[in-house]
Amino acid sequence: MKTRESRAEPAGGTPAGQVAECERKARFSTVSDLPIRRVYRPQDIAGLDYERDLGDPGCFPFVRGVHETMYRGRLWTMREFAGFGTAEESNARYKYLLEHGQTGLSVAFDMPTIMGYDSDHPRAEGEVGKIGVAVDTLADMETLFSGIPLDQVTTSMTINGPAAVLWAMYLVVAEKQGASWQKISGTIQNDILKEYIAQKSYIFPPRPSMRIITDIFAFGSKNVPRWNTISISGYHIREAGSTAAQELAFTLADGMAYVEAGIAAGLDVDEFAPRLSFFFNAHNDLFEEVAKYRAARRIWARVMREKYGAKNPRSWLLRFHTQTAGCSLTAQQPHNNIVRTAIQALAAVLGGTQSLHTNSMDEAWAVPSEQAVTIALRTQQILAEESGVANTVDPLGGSYFVEALTNELEAQAQAYFKQIEALGGVVAAIEQGFFQREIADSAYRYQLQIERGEKVVVGVNRYRMEEELSIPLLRVDPAVAERQVARLNRVRQERDGARVRAALDRVSKAAEGTDNLMPFILEAVRAYASLGEIMDALRRVFGEYRERPVF
Amino acid sequence: MEGKIRVLVAKPGLDGHDRGAKVVARALRDAGFEVVYTGLHQTPDQIAEAVIQEDVDVVGLSILSGAHNTLVPRVIELVKKKGGRQDLLYLVGGIVPREDVDYLRAAGVSEVFGPGTPTEDIVAYIRQHAKG
Amino acid sequence: MDVPSWVERLARGDKAALARAITLVENRAPGARELVRQAFLRGGSSLVVGLTGPPGVGKSTLASGLARAFLGRGRRVGVLAVDPTSPFSGGAILGDRIRMQEAAGEPGVFIRSLATRGHAGGLCRAIGDSIRLLEAAGFDPILVETVGAGQGEVEVMRYADTVLVLLMPGLGDDIQAIKAGILEIGDVFVVNKADLPGADRMVRTLELLLELKPLPPGTWRPPVLAVVARDMVGVEELTQAILDHAGHLKGSGGWEARRAAQAEAELGDALQEQLLGAVVGRAKEAGEWGRAAARIRERQSDPYTEAWALVERFGPGLSAPHAPED
Repeated sequence: MKTRESRAEPAGGTPAGQVAECERKARFSTVSDLPIRRVYRPQDIAGLDYERDLGDPGCFPFVRGVHETMYRGRLWTMREFAGFGTAEESNARYKYLLEHGQTGLSVAFDMPTIMGYDSDHPRAEGEVGKIGVAVDTLADMETLFSGIPLDQVTTSMTINGPAAVLWAMYLVVAEKQGASWQKISGTIQNDILKEYIAQKSYIFPPRPSMRIITDIFAFGSKNVPRWNTISISGYHIREAGSTAAQELAFTLADGMAYVEAGIAAGLDVDEFAPRLSFFFNAHNDLFEEVAKYRAARRIWARVMREKYGAKNPRSWLLRFHTQTAGCSLTAQQPHNNIVRTAIQALAAVLGGTQSLHTNSMDEAWAVPSEQAVTIALRTQQILAEESGVANTVDPLGGSYFVEALTNELEAQAQAYFKQIEALGGVVAAIEQGFFQREIADSAYRYQLQIERGEKVVVGVNRYRMEEELSIPLLRVDPAVAERQVARLNRVRQERDGARVRAALDRVSKAAEGTDNLMPFILEAVRAYASLGEIMDALRRVFGEYRERPVF
Repeated sequence: MEGKIRVLVAKPGLDGHDRGAKVVARALRDAGFEVVYTGLHQTPDQIAEAVIQEDVDVVGLSILSGAHNTLVPRVIELVKKKGGRQDLLYLVGGIVPREDVDYLRAAGVSEVFGPGTPTEDIVAYIRQHAKG
Repeated sequence: MDVPSWVERLARGDKAALARAITLVENRAPGARELVRQAFLRGGSSLVVGLTGPPGVGKSTLASGLARAFLGRGRRVGVLAVDPTSPFSGGAILGDRIRMQEAAGEPGVFIRSLATRGHAGGLCRAIGDSIRLLEAAGFDPILVETVGAGQGEVEVMRYADTVLVLLMPGLGDDIQAIKAGILEIGDVFVVNKADLPGADRMVRTLELLLELKPLPPGTWRPPVLAVVARDMVGVEELTQAILDHAGHLKGSGGWEARRAAQAEAELGDALQEQLLGAVVGRAKEAGEWGRAAARIRERQSDPYTEAWALVERFGPGLSAPHAPED
């Protein structure tokens, strides 16, 4: 092959001086439909400066990783999201996972808890304990972590609208166990912006929601210094149908909105920024995903240092949890999902994730069974112990393709940041349905690509077969709701009603004013006020949000 | 008679996963149907009331929270109680384990469309079975 | 169909019967014309309030708020919400109900979403007929909400006794809306989302423009109201303004004038639809429709000559398009 001149090549085109050969398709693109060329060369990353644009691992702008040693120092945290039924059942599952080598807990709550309703609310009917664990009062939280020393595990809680209340319950359980708030660590998702954008489990309108979040930041930085007070999440944005670039852009835009809200609330950026963490999706397109994580670290480091003037190097680090893509799993031929999840987990590891959840093969059907969740955990262990990918940091760094793709994703994100700014910022863009429309368009486009056969999903639009569902599914006992409501009633009878009423009253009063809400919520939790009661005390003041759907 | 098929697309229950409901609503519109979209977090009573007042031919319910066995029969029962049409077509979309499909059929559901169903299958089914 | 018993069910306020009846008139189904006739003869007393304004201005949310306010005054409220039909597929997504949820659950409220279905004449007729049916079912007032774009939507407002024009701060081009003739049709102007910056300025601009309009003494001077429909701020005042306007119309003879204009509009719409439908139908049956079109295409003749020729040939001796009992 003769030496080529350095010249631009059209996307997907034939390099100069080379005979065009037949290719399988007219156009190659990522799962997000980003066009991909046949081959990438030095000129594709001609402007890249190693020190300025990549840096060594642990060095600004952290494209290659947030730590110097990465997985040679410590492996990522293997954290399987789990929870179903009542607190007893979930407690047993947590203990099972810890015994089998899991290193952190991740709590899934049921829909009524996520929406801030008690298990006996009319809207909770049929949903109690279904997709996660039901938590109504401190008593449930005590059971959930019974026999698990909270100063020895880290716990991630997927909770947003009522995050302040569930976090308060956890803090009180720690208090009762004698575990110091100074020592305990974990994460609350607490990312309300992506709820409006994608996941739609919002409760209050955006503005009071942002106030609760900044109250949590302020309380956490003073009282629970090792706690990650927010996990800024792209995961759900991707699940709702966004592209990789949209996931990257919208998540980081949300992150910047939280930083701005914290600063506007009078906090010093270095006081809370080190406790911000992120949560990304890992989809099927290996290299696009790796590029996404790398671009995210570069963008974040630069905006934190340059735009927000953060001085503490820990404020510049984008640390993130990853979950493999639930939306990529198929109900058809479910065993194939094990392979999909393995590839996605590999992307997360190659991209330098700090913790990882691998989906179970049966999740297109139900909450995972014990067997399925074990395979998912083993997938991570095989990657860590057998594959060799953890031996060196950022093994794909310097790849012409991966660096070019990293640049491309960053450029697309920057273009979105400009658009969002022009709309008046993230909250204004939400109110105008901007993100929702962008995501709905991407989701619809992807669906059409599948229906036209332009994108192949194995077992769904190609390589199909007749099958009977061949994996055992976990069924949540329908009596769970009754048991849970009985527990709640018992707690209501045993507690000091006057103390509860007074505490709830103080929550409402605090909401009307500007005091930090956390101490008032903690007091209500200690009095065994229920989640629904505390949320109602806030709803009375803040009202409820209703979205204007866009298509 | 220039009748158009009218379809109600609703999400009963508390889960907010509206990707499927929106994609289907859009595909049905692009197939020429009139789609009444009632949005998220709907109670069975709200849905039944909309079914009556909008006089739709097809009711599409999307559920991913596992609460289908409770919510879907409740909607059907309430529509009947409110004097709704006998010839309504009830379709369910979402994650429904196979053994629940029979239960829903017995409750009056015509078809359950699981994950991975092409939207054109749903369109074809409605064209064939709905009274416009 | 058994029209008399149907009309009786309507009169009892049976929502299922009302909903079905609206479908029948929308689809021009057999029996629909007689149903409308019966309803028409009993109706005419409900106040019809039109809501128009650019997309995103909050028409549905305001309709919901107004419905609740009128409910609070012991009224039963009907709402017709119009969304556009896609010109490509003929389908539509009707999403207005979502923003009317506070009102939608009330026994005294009936909400129906309608698609424009392509042509202005058809929409006007469907709206007009649906108003008659809602009246027969005892709903008063009837709120009609349309996308504030396009001639068809403006024409629909001819069916309204009181027209609300909605605007909001930050629309960017206030003046554009006014240029589009929206200032001419409003009886009450609403600046919604008045908690946003720029609301005061918008209210003042509108008031100034309205003051500049030369109006003879005794004429209704459209007020401008600042409202936050989402939070029910200013909705009571708006409800009162609507009732004041209706009262003014009744006291000044304007009511009769409006109803006379409406009668002419309805007559025109009905004539156009029936005559057009019948002539086109007969011409097609006779094969003359295609031949006339061919002559026009070949430039042997022009559309006006051909149209009139069809009227002369197929117009005389027409029978009603639907017999009452079919």
